[in-house]
This record gives sequence, C-alpha cells and structure tokens, in this order.
Amino acid sequence: MIEFLQQLGQNTRTGFTKLGRGTFFLFQTISGILSVLPRPRLVLNQMYSIGVLSFLIITISGLFVGMVLGLQGYYILSDFGAEETLGVMVAASLVRELGPVVSALLFAGRAGSALTAEIGLMKATEQLSGMEMMAVDPIKRIISPRFLAGFLSMPLLAALFSAVGIIGGQMVGSGLLGVDEGAYWSQMQAKLDFQDDIINGVIKSIVFGFIASWIALFEGYDAIPTSEGVSRATTRTVVNSAFSILGLDFILTALMFGDN
Amino acid sequence: MDNSGLPQNSLVSVQNLSFSRGNKKIFDDISLEFERGKITAIMGPSGTGKTTLLKLIGGQLFPEQGTIIVDGNNVHRLRRSELYNLRKRMGMLFQSGALLTDMNVFDNVAFPLREHTHLPESMIRTLVLMKLQAVGLRGARNLMPNELSGGMARRIALARAIALDPMMIMYDEPFTGQDPISKGALVHLIKSLNTILSLTSIVVSHDVQETAAIADYIYVISEGKIVGQGTPKEIEQSDSDWVQQFMTGAADGPAHFHYPAKDYVDDLLSTGKRY
Repeated sequence: MIEFLQQLGQNTRTGFTKLGRGTFFLFQTISGILSVLPRPRLVLNQMYSIGVLSFLIITISGLFVGMVLGLQGYYILSDFGAEETLGVMVAASLVRELGPVVSALLFAGRAGSALTAEIGLMKATEQLSGMEMMAVDPIKRIISPRFLAGFLSMPLLAALFSAVGIIGGQMVGSGLLGVDEGAYWSQMQAKLDFQDDIINGVIKSIVFGFIASWIALFEGYDAIPTSEGVSRATTRTVVNSAFSILGLDFILTALMFGDN
Repeated sequence: MDNSGLPQNSLVSVQNLSFSRGNKKIFDDISLEFERGKITAIMGPSGTGKTTLLKLIGGQLFPEQGTIIVDGNNVHRLRRSELYNLRKRMGMLFQSGALLTDMNVFDNVAFPLREHTHLPESMIRTLVLMKLQAVGLRGARNLMPNELSGGMARRIALARAIALDPMMIMYDEPFTGQDPISKGALVHLIKSLNTILSLTSIVVSHDVQETAAIADYIYVISEGKIVGQGTPKEIEQSDSDWVQQFMTGAADGPAHFHYPAKDYVDDLLSTGKRY
C-alpha cells in the first residue's frame, strides 16, 4: 500500500515536472516565432512536409467518412421521409465535429509522429546540440517554424476534409440513393450557419492544430536520445494527442453549442 | 596540482571546476589552461567526462563550482546573446559530426554563414568551396550526409566548424572509429589548420599515438582528477602508474580490468537469487 502511494506520488511529480517543462518549451517556441517571421521560407518548407504531404490521407479519409455519413444518414432520415435534409446532416456533422476531430487525429498520426521522430533523432544524433554550438538556437531555427506550420496547416486540412466529405455524401446520397441534388445543396445552404457552424469548426481545428503540434514537438525535444527513447516518444505523441484532441473537443463543443 | 609552471597566455582557463552527474562526481576541483595558438589534448579513458568538459566550456552545461574563462569572458556569467556571440568564435567538432541530415554537404558548410551573415550567395559559395578545399572534399559538395563515410563526415563537420573563422576549435574524439588512413588525414588536418588559421585547439581523445603526435600539451584525466600533465615527452616519461597504464594500454593496473563486484567464488557458489 505504502509502495503504491509512493509510486503514485512519484508519477504525479514526474507528470507535473513534465508539464512544467512543456509549458516553458511552448513559451520559448511562441516567442521564437517572431524571429521566424522574416524567413517565411522556413515555414513554407515545413508546411509542405506537414501539410501538403498529408493531402492524400486527408482527402481519402474525408471522402470515405462523407460517403458513410451519406449512407447512414439516408437510412435513418428516410424513415421519417426527411431524406431531403441529408445535405444538412452530412455537412453539419462534418463541419462541426468530424472534420476538425478526425483530421486532427489523422494529423497527429501522420505529421505529429513524423515530427516527434525527426526532432528526437536530431537530438540523438547531436544535431540540436551542434546547432547550439554554432550559436543557432534550435528552438528558433527548428521548432518554431514547425510549430507555426502545423498550426497553420491544421485548419486548412480540416477544411479540405469537410469539403471532400460533403462531396462524398452527395455522391452516395444523390448519385446512389436518389436524393434530389438541388435539395441536398439548398437545404445545406439554408440550415448551416456561417458563425455557429463554420467558424466554430475552424476554431476547433486551430485549437487542435496548436495542441497536436505542441505535443509532437515537445515529445521529440524531450525524448531520451536513444532509439528506444525516440520510439516511446513517438507513441506518446499519438496517444497524448488523441486524448487531448477528444477531451478538448468535448469541452469546446459544450462551450460552443451548449445553449442552443 | 601544481599550476606554477603553466603558461600565462591562455585562451581558455578552467579554474577549480567541479561537476557531477547524479551521484557520480565527473570532475572534482580540477584546473586546466589552454594556451593560445597551441593544441592541448585532454586524454583519459572513456566515461571520464571528456565530452562533458567540452560542453562545459561551450556553455551547454553549468558547473557546480568553479569558473571557465574563454577569451576573458566567464562563460557561465554571460547573458544568452553574449554567449551566442562567443560561440560564433568557438568551433566544435562532434564525435558523430552532427551534420544536418536534411541538407547536402554544401548547405551544411554554408549553414553557419547563412545563419549569421548577410553575405551574397556568390560569396557564400566561394567561402564554402574554400573551406571544403581545405579539408579535401570540394568534390563531395553535392553528397548527402548519409552518403558519406564516417571520416568524410568528420572532415565536412570540420569544414563547417571553421566556416566562421573561429578563434578556437574543440575536437570531441576526432579519431574514434576511423580507419588508419582517415586517422592520418585528420591528424594532418588538425595540425595544419591550427598552424595555418592560427587557431587554438582542444582535442579530447583516448587515441594515444595520434594525439601525442600533434599535441603541444597533454592533460590526463581519470576519475575526476588530473593524474598527469605535460608535453607529450614528459607524459611518456611520467612515473605515475596511472599515466603509464593509459599510455601503454595495459589491461590491469591502477585502473582495474574488473568492474567492482563481490568475490568471484562467492558469487559463483551463491544461489543466484535476487535479494
């Protein structure tokens, strides 16, 4: 029993210490962004590898999620004779929830893990400390551009995901199941609110991009510089990002859509 | 340790330094001087914290006690921007080379120039080619770091370390894991760069012959203490058992072959249970 309590205390302490290091790291990263701004090329290069290279997985996943939504939505709505509102259902679920959440989870798996492994290996091969000895701050040169790129890419990827998903829903809904195409689009236009639905969705994806990039970069930077350490850090990135994204999604949803 | 015979004209001066990692004392009140324009070697078995010493001099680690003065600056009292300015004048060659793996050789050598100067690209090209020529690898400029052999990577890293024309270079185990030809090339390079660029070099190594061939002054460190110092000749003739063991490579001596353990027979006869 005593041992269990000791272990619990130990773990809590380690956890809080890490949280402290992580917060300090985030602060350094954000203040490093100022020195990145005059060198947009650094950010653009990272947006390519973080954002553009995630296009394929985001597009394909978005398409399938949209198609499944079209199928499921049709079966339920047609029971009530309301299959005309399929467009609303597909678009609202995507823009409010699935777009930001699923694309953030995919982002953490595809780009986040890659970032952690990259930074962790740079640490293990002394590239970061070599940079420090060349009087180049690795936070400013390596971390901040990647953070900014992740943070900017996420809303764009979420938007892409939702857009492709809506097209997928339309393909199944009106292409396969015979929902009127005009109704699909016009109902969607009429019912979806720019402020409530789209902006809130974008805010969510910005928050998720922030959290996922922070976790990925910090885990890499904080990794034990061995092969095992980097592998563990990569796992932690995916697991912690998933938890944070889903937990935050609940909180954000409660705040945004609570009093409707 | 008697410091009276030490040169006054030192670029780097380590005074009464103590440093521990966990419970292990890496340095216990040691003092070293590194004279301007000379090659000073720090030798000792692996795990004596030789790399740690270089990181302390470079300001990446903080000592528990003692001061480190580099060119008149107390490294650990400097503000961050001052430390970074000082580091621009210190080159360091890491054991692994620490080349940036996402860019080719040319960009690696150009990296410090692009980060710290606003020189036009044509001038950067000229400078980079000059540095690469100095290490004999001008022809390898388009290779990626993973296409380089260990010796080549170290030479490229050396070209990068001299890119900003520093006042000193710290070499971390430059000869480890190199074939005889690469070793020879590195020995020659360290010596000739030191003379031509009038650098001050600090070489951390456990390769006795190579280091003794180029060093002007040698410190032998073991278990946090300086166990011997002097010119290579003096070290060779040292009457310290410890220095003799290290220089001749005897398996047993003051440094034991066996890691501390309980009595061998007792250990074999015991049940092997973990207590």
